[in-house]
Amino acid sequence: MSPRAAARLEALGFARVHDYVAGQADWGAFGLPLAGERGSETRVGAYLRDDMPTCTLDEQLSTVRGRVSASAYDICFVVDDKRVLLGLLGRRALASDSDGAVETVMTAGPGTVRPSLAVDDARERMRRRDLSLLPVTRSDGVLMGVLRRVDFADATSSTRPAR
Amino acid sequence: MPLAVDREQVQELVAAGAQLVDVLAAVEYADEHLPAATNIPLKELNAETARQLKRDQPVIVYCHDYQ
Repeated sequence: MSPRAAARLEALGFARVHDYVAGQADWGAFGLPLAGERGSETRVGAYLRDDMPTCTLDEQLSTVRGRVSASAYDICFVVDDKRVLLGLLGRRALASDSDGAVETVMTAGPGTVRPSLAVDDARERMRRRDLSLLPVTRSDGVLMGVLRRVDFADATSSTRPAR
Repeated sequence: MPLAVDREQVQELVAAGAQLVDVLAAVEYADEHLPAATNIPLKELNAETARQLKRDQPVIVYCHDYQ
């Protein structure tokens, strides 16, 4: 649709016309704000927490266990130096006897959602898969935070989070 | 020929004064849109509706995605 609009504007004599081809979906998926009646505040991005523990591939499990114990979580997200989400250390991995590198025991490629997902859709996805928590990543894979079911249990796409 | 731009270029252009135009239907625009975007639905884009745009500033059009 936007290429046709751009062509139409050029035909109307506008000299400097640009087409943001990836559009609004790309904007929202990158966690950038949206205005309007729904806007960003009815999206999962408004309910993110960023206090989750993270670790890197080459860290030792013994180090990571201490970090997780000191947090409000019982899992840990594995990221690279740009915070791209690579894997997850679940409860079983953290409770294991292993003391190797994170990379040897992590679960690779955990499922994620985008910050632009509507809260109703996120709730349904978590309900169907019986998830209490979901990592939220931008379109470039960078971990933005986590969505906890308990934090938005009562929210809908027509309600907004308390500030 | 209109230039395709990415997210970073949109931010740079808007910061420099470019005009953002959402060409989706008005109801979709009311639902959500990029901050500071003006709505001119494609079906209503003509010489008259385009008058609200400044000709001396770049214009960036967008819709939902690659549709």
